[in-house]
Order: sequence, then structure tokens, then C-alpha cells
Amino acid sequence: MAYSEKVIDHYQNPKNVGTLDKSAKNVGTGLVGAPECGDVMRLQIEVDDATGMITDAKFKTFGCGSAIASSSLATEWLKGKSVDEALKIDNMDIVEELNLPPVKIHCSVLAEDAIKSAINDYRVKNGLEEIKFEESVVH
Amino acid sequence: MLKLPIYLDNNATTPMDPRVLEAMTPYFLEHYGNAASRNHPFGWEAEEAVDYAREQVAKLIGADPKEIIFTSGATEGDNLGIKGIYEMYASKGNHIITATTEHKAVLDTCKHIEKSGGEVTYLQVQPDGLIDLKELEAAIKPTTILIAIMYANNEIGVVMPIKEISAIARKHGVLLFTDGTQAVGKIPVDVNKDGIDLMAFTAHKMYGPKGVGALYVRRKNPRVKVTAQIDGGGHERGMRSGTLNVPGIVGFGKACEICMLDMEEDTKRISKMRDYLETELLKLEEAYVNGSREHRLPHVANISFKHVEGEGLLMGFNKNIALSSGSACTSASLEPSYVLKALGLGDDLAHSSLRFGLGRFTTDEQIEYTIKAISETVLKLREMSPLWEMYKEGIDLSTIEWAAH
Repeated sequence: MAYSEKVIDHYQNPKNVGTLDKSAKNVGTGLVGAPECGDVMRLQIEVDDATGMITDAKFKTFGCGSAIASSSLATEWLKGKSVDEALKIDNMDIVEELNLPPVKIHCSVLAEDAIKSAINDYRVKNGLEEIKFEESVVH
Repeated sequence: MLKLPIYLDNNATTPMDPRVLEAMTPYFLEHYGNAASRNHPFGWEAEEAVDYAREQVAKLIGADPKEIIFTSGATEGDNLGIKGIYEMYASKGNHIITATTEHKAVLDTCKHIEKSGGEVTYLQVQPDGLIDLKELEAAIKPTTILIAIMYANNEIGVVMPIKEISAIARKHGVLLFTDGTQAVGKIPVDVNKDGIDLMAFTAHKMYGPKGVGALYVRRKNPRVKVTAQIDGGGHERGMRSGTLNVPGIVGFGKACEICMLDMEEDTKRISKMRDYLETELLKLEEAYVNGSREHRLPHVANISFKHVEGEGLLMGFNKNIALSSGSACTSASLEPSYVLKALGLGDDLAHSSLRFGLGRFTTDEQIEYTIKAISETVLKLREMSPLWEMYKEGIDLSTIEWAAH
């Protein structure tokens, strides 16, 4: 299967690879996927408590090129967004931006799950209620 | 001089040897007769060419030319060999023994037989990819008519103990079918010394053309017969009807002849490159060879690089290096290689595997380039891998509750 230019670019020059201090109160961490499934994503956000804006985002991903590209793109989109805006990122936006083929849609679903999971981690740490999300459809 | 791209997927198919193409060309353009045309020189030439090729093919495996049935390839040979025996020997029994790591052409044929009322035992393999001979013998029943075990595995290259298997088969009066696709032309295979009753193999894995193969069917001690699966003009002694693919068969014969002449030298050169490749790649941390290294084809290596995913890894160099991975992502099914799983490998290691299939045209420079490209990509992806970070922090990954998908 041929990859889109954008997937190749994110794979070759991934944005925001790294690790934030997961014990920090203003850092939310999402770890989704499983080694047996061939994809694990860890996505982290750093939030400015005063403004509720995401000031930094980092990822590490074990997976195929599309999984790496999806998480790299997600971190780019997260930076500068408010937590509420971040919740609106939909996996289909990622599919569209990266031209993912149907067989790779699960990579985008995983990235969306990682965002939500990181936000919930941040909320719980800061005494806010966990948001219940509908089960993702494509896995 | 380094030649790019590098082809290291010779278990999938091999390039044609130019000498093979040269032998074939006249049979497209000048000698295009039907080998079954008995009344004119075009037919005679074609028949003569087929007879000669049949001798070349037979010689490579120590068979009699009359024991070679030309087919369209190994998948057809697997079907004809197994279904043909099942139908021909129905009065003797309906039980077949095979193994879980066989090629799909064998496994799906066996499933088909199960649906039509046959019974099939699928032997598990040991962690090195070989079957346990005691388990094999214990699986034989009075109704067993056939043992179908491959000569060498396509994914990990392990070579089964065919002589020992055939001794057990003989002892119990059971026939032995083997899928010789990966082995014939690469290592010495002799149907008599090995005690093989039926064997499927194909030209395109040994530098010959695609679309032509053979089924060896023993004629003496014992005389074996198969029920035809394709009916028609009664070609190939009634066992496989259909106009013979004369140019393909000529190429197959030539490919066999070259393999026989060059085998020793090719093996020496290729195995040296394979061993070097493997030694260098195993210098990476957490890299493991899958399957037996002792009982293995000289040109194959299957290596898992823990905590990086196979398809992601391939993407780092697949413009320049053609390789295959046991990762789920390379198939639509999202299931990792069933062969690697049968070795008892966790899904994570199966996802992290690469299969190297070297060949006659692989060069030292290409191997150097490959080692460098793979090592760099593994290191780069591990920097990006959350699993590698956890591993380095001493976290036992099996203790984590993964949100399984």
C-alpha cells in the first residue's frame, strides 16, 4: 500500500516526540492501544491552569507509519487549543488530513482516544469529573 | 557498486535468471506448437522440449521423469496432491496429519477436506518451528492415509526433519506429501533418499517463471495415484488436464538445471551474507531470531526487533529495500503472522518481525546497506516508542492493563 505524502512527512519528521513529566499536576497522559494489537500510543498534554490552554503536547507511538503520523498530527493540533476545543478533534479530521485508507482508520481512532484519555487524566488530577465518551466504533 | 532498490523478499518470489528467459524465448515465437499436437513438427518440437524439461526437473529432485506432473504452481500442486490422495484413497481412510505452520495452500485445502467429511489433525510446532516426531507418530490412526508436512517454512525458513518423518510414515504405511516450494533448488532434495511420496514445488521460487510448477508423484515403492482435480484432455497421464505451458515448462527445466549446477556455490555465498547480516543485526539490543537457526534454509532469516512495529520499521527504508514483515499491519486482517504465533511468540514479537530472503543476485554491498538502514531505523523508532521507554525504565510490560482493541 502506498502512503500519502503527509503520512511519509510525519513519519520522517515527526513533530513533538518526547515525554512530559507525568506526575506534574498540569500534565495529562493518555496511553491507549496494546502491544498485541501492534499499536500503542502515549499522548501527553501540558495545560496552563490559568487559561485552560494546552501549552505543550508530546507523543510516543509504537505502530505503523499511519499510527505515528496520526499521533504526530494530533500533538500539532493540540498545541494552542483550549482543553474544550481539543475535545472536538474527531478521528475523521485526521483521516482526511492524512488521506488514510480504510484499513488505517483505526490509527486515527486510536489518536482520538489518546487525546480524550489525556484530557481525562488531566481532569481527574485537577479534581474534575471524568468525561464519559461513547465507545469508539472502529477498532 | 551498490544497486538500489534491494530485493530481499526472495521467499515471495525470485527474479528470473536471464539464462532462463533465453531458453524460453524461442518457445513463444518460433516453436509455439501445442505439445499434444501429434501430427506436425510444431507439436513434435513442443513435446520434445517438454520431455527435456521434465528430465531437468526430475533430475534436480532425484526422480524419474515419468513422476513429474506439470501444474500451474505450488498452490495447484498442494491441492492436487492432498485432495487427489484424499479422493483416491477414500476406501483406506479419511484422516490426514499436517501442521499449523503450513502454507495456506495446504491449510485451506485441509479445511476443504474437513468440510467434505475428512478428518485432519493439525500438529503444533515446537518453539524452534519444528514438529515433534513423537507427536506425529502418536497422531497416526488406522484411518490415516496421508502426512502433509512442508520441507521448509516460507516465513522462518526452518527445514523439517523430512527423512525422519518419512521413516515414520513408511513404518505405518501412510503416504508422505511435502510442500517443497521453498526448499527445492535451494538445498539438496532427493525424493528417494528423503522417502517422499508426493511433492509440490514451483518455478518462480527458483529463478524461473511464474505460473508453472510440478507435483512429484511416486511410481514405485509404493505406486501412488492421485485423482485429477482438473478434467479435460487427459494430459499429464490423466492427472492434470490442460494444454501444457510449454515456454513456462522449458524455463522451469532450465531453472532446475541451473539450480543443480550452482547450488553449492550459491549456498556458500548466500549463507555467508545471511550469517553476516544476522550477526550484525543481532548486535542491536532486544533483537531475536525466530525459529531454529540450526535447521534452516541458507538464505533466510526472520528477526524480531522488540518494541518497534514491523510495518513502521519497513516504512523507514521500503523505498530502497524490499522486505516482508509478520506484522498485522501488512495484511488487511490485522492479525499478525500465524506462523510466528505458532512458535509461541507473543503477538508483540510477531508484530516486530522482519523476514529476510536473500537470493542469487544479492550482493555484499546490498547487505551492508541493509544492515545500516535497518539499524538506524530501529534506533530511531525506539526513540519514538513508548514501549521501549517503559522497557528502559524497567517496567514489566506484561503487568500493564492494556486497553485492548
